[in-house]
Amino acid sequence: MAERQAQGRPEAAALPPAIELRGISKAFGPVQANGDISVRVARGTIHGIVGENGAGKSTLMSILYGFYRADAGEILIGGRPTPIPDSQSAIRAGIGMVFQHFKLVPNFTVLENVVLGAEEGALLRPSLARARRELTRLAEDYELDVDPDALVEDLSVGHQQRVEILKALYRQADILILDEPTGVLTPAEADHLFRILKGLKAQGKTIVLITHKLREIMEITDEVSVMRRGEMVATVRTEATSPEALAELMVGRKVLLRVDKAPAAPGRTVLEIEDLRVRDGHGVERLKGVSLTLRAGEILGIAGVAGNGQSELLELLGGIAQGTGRVRLNGTELDLSGRGCNGRARRAAGIAHVPEDRQHLGMILDFAAWENVAFGYQDAPEYRAGRFFMDNDALRAECEGKMARFDVRPPLPALAGKNFSGGNQQKLIVAREIERNPDLLLIGQPTRGVDIGAIEFIHKQIVALRDAGKAILLVSVELDEIMSLSDRIAVMFDGRIMGLRDPARTDERELGLMMAGMDGTRGAA
Amino acid sequence: MERMPAWADALLVPLISLAVAFAISSGVILAIGENPWEALKIMVTGALGSSYGWGYTLYYATNFIFTGLAVAVAFHASLFNIGGEGQATLGGLGVALACLFVPWPHWSLALIGAAAMGAAFGAAWAAVPAWLQARRGSHIVITTIMFNFIAASLLNYVLVNVLRPTGSMDPATARFPGATSLPGIGDMLTAVGIPFAKTTPANVTLFIALGACFLVWALIWRTRLGYEIRAFGKSEKAAVYAGISPVRITMLAMLISGALAGLMAINNVMGEAERLVLNSVEGAGFIGIAVALMGRSHPFGVLLAALLFGFLYQGGAELALWTSIPRELITVIQALVILFTGALDNMVRQPVEALFLRARKGAK
Repeated sequence: MAERQAQGRPEAAALPPAIELRGISKAFGPVQANGDISVRVARGTIHGIVGENGAGKSTLMSILYGFYRADAGEILIGGRPTPIPDSQSAIRAGIGMVFQHFKLVPNFTVLENVVLGAEEGALLRPSLARARRELTRLAEDYELDVDPDALVEDLSVGHQQRVEILKALYRQADILILDEPTGVLTPAEADHLFRILKGLKAQGKTIVLITHKLREIMEITDEVSVMRRGEMVATVRTEATSPEALAELMVGRKVLLRVDKAPAAPGRTVLEIEDLRVRDGHGVERLKGVSLTLRAGEILGIAGVAGNGQSELLELLGGIAQGTGRVRLNGTELDLSGRGCNGRARRAAGIAHVPEDRQHLGMILDFAAWENVAFGYQDAPEYRAGRFFMDNDALRAECEGKMARFDVRPPLPALAGKNFSGGNQQKLIVAREIERNPDLLLIGQPTRGVDIGAIEFIHKQIVALRDAGKAILLVSVELDEIMSLSDRIAVMFDGRIMGLRDPARTDERELGLMMAGMDGTRGAA
Repeated sequence: MERMPAWADALLVPLISLAVAFAISSGVILAIGENPWEALKIMVTGALGSSYGWGYTLYYATNFIFTGLAVAVAFHASLFNIGGEGQATLGGLGVALACLFVPWPHWSLALIGAAAMGAAFGAAWAAVPAWLQARRGSHIVITTIMFNFIAASLLNYVLVNVLRPTGSMDPATARFPGATSLPGIGDMLTAVGIPFAKTTPANVTLFIALGACFLVWALIWRTRLGYEIRAFGKSEKAAVYAGISPVRITMLAMLISGALAGLMAINNVMGEAERLVLNSVEGAGFIGIAVALMGRSHPFGVLLAALLFGFLYQGGAELALWTSIPRELITVIQALVILFTGALDNMVRQPVEALFLRARKGAK
């Protein structure tokens, strides 16, 4: 096929696509993660790959990087068939990968991290010297300046990401794959990353960008491929499409990208927080005096880059972490550091908590779905049979009901939690917490790693709970989500509240500045 | 990732591990000039070929059920209780005190009293490492090993200086009163018309062990405490989120574990020796680790694994009696079984799993 095209189109013969995948298939047991996927990525372009979670994007990239071997199909790099049995071969073929979770050694310097795995000879010194020269050059060429002698653990997330990119470039990568690169960045950092990527593109590098943020796709890519249920459903030129069209392709039906909600009707004050402070295990203060109030029938969104104290705030209110200050729920003071500071007491007080880390906190992955239905509520009378025993039949029935009401798929109560997709895990947890009818719902990253269809559903549930007159504290690193769901927005930076804003009278630029620690410019809500 | 069927996981993998262990043992037996086939025959007839052999096999198995369950319960809370040996030693002390100093009117009452004391002493011995783990973060593997040594020394002291009858040169207690003598399996079966050798150590404790299997199953999979233990064992962070107190679960799981190990003493001390001697546990606490590993911490698996190790113990003793295979080699065989079924489990599991997945893919 390539030959026929080469004859018909001379320019294609001169420039074969940087990557061409032909008929890639990969199955895990009965699950077809990738089915007959063919795609071409032209040299010197930025190619986006979008798709819901579980659509097979990561599997495809893992095949390209040699982590998995495809069951069938062929990989062509620069027009030549290139088998990639392991990541070493991928690197030799000029492919570099920047993972969502960085693979850096925190207590090594930038230089040491860049050289790690690419040392030449038994002595480090020559490699390090070469790397230092190379880093200086790359920094000039691509705006990729990082202090080569800084320890990686001292760098901001944005800089750590640059180190990952430098690592790939140092290994002579012509093709750079980035997996959800902006998930941990502030808007400003993301802009900088995009400038870097555009610079790389101008130098002839090929970039594959995996993301679920359609806005980024529209902003930076030349072409975009959409995956759905393990198949490549479309590859289109970015300028010829729209976010709505892409979302529809991803989900297979029309999707409401904005949240549809009536204005809030806030009632009495439910939660009063005064001067909350939390120290972590190293004695570093993570919450530095946070004060907030939250009323019934309102959603208070906490915006901020991950790691600025939002997690600690949720954990303290949820009874997982201890701290100092005063918290009153419906006028009753909560215990923040004593024996009454635990999840059991908080639930009894009327607080439900959908934790940020759904897989490691919110559920037990090895437990069946019906067992997870009781998680946190194992003491509830309706789940108990007598003093000591659990009423497993009641739990199974409850699980079936929740699965039906919250559209959890597959609706199998006996299936282990780990076998559900991220979105369905989240629906199970949201169902569990919302259906307890709490006075206050703490909800962290409600739609992280959740597919678009489920996002819409979960957002509706949150709004419905608000309309039922409950108070909701929402923490999310997705500004879009904060802006569309919240009735009021509080921006956190470095353990402090930078200010409160009315979502109708602010924009991403202002919030972005506040998230970066600069004072907002316009009036408070 | 796709998994192989549950039956293959629970039965096939241990059986293959066992076969590999036996194959290597055969090689060792061949190397010292004996016939492995003959050796296997002697083991099987010696352990399972007569009611006498069965009596010993079941006696050993009873010990291993208790210690295996002890390790299994702790495993569910993700705690590695290596201290079964010491907890069973202390359980023996509790049983001995109950038998020696309470004038029991009947063996059944004595059994209840001794079981309670054995369990209480075992639990108490597990409580200290549990507390150190829960409150101070001292690793339970280290502390329970230490407590095995302390238990052995403590028992030595008590036997030599406190409980030894005046004039005796043997570091052991006096013989327990006749009223505390437990009925043997032989007596019970003969009474209902089934002929069974009367001189074996297997006794009524076997039924208590079987009951313990059922109770542990109910505890782990049916009770709220079991739910919390399993949740804590899978993820401590998540357990804290769910309002489960790590301190409480660590303490309770270890207390139950220690109590089960301590209960073993009603079999070996009260049922068999009828007095407390030094080193009465004879390594059963450690075998319990292998039993729990092989039984996948499930009470039914523990029961099967305990029977297997009972067979190995009794068959091994017969082997030493009838062949010139030295006793040490029996230990080697037992060690190989532990090695393959416990520690090297994944060596067999992964190829078997791969085979299953390929077969399934081929079938489609």
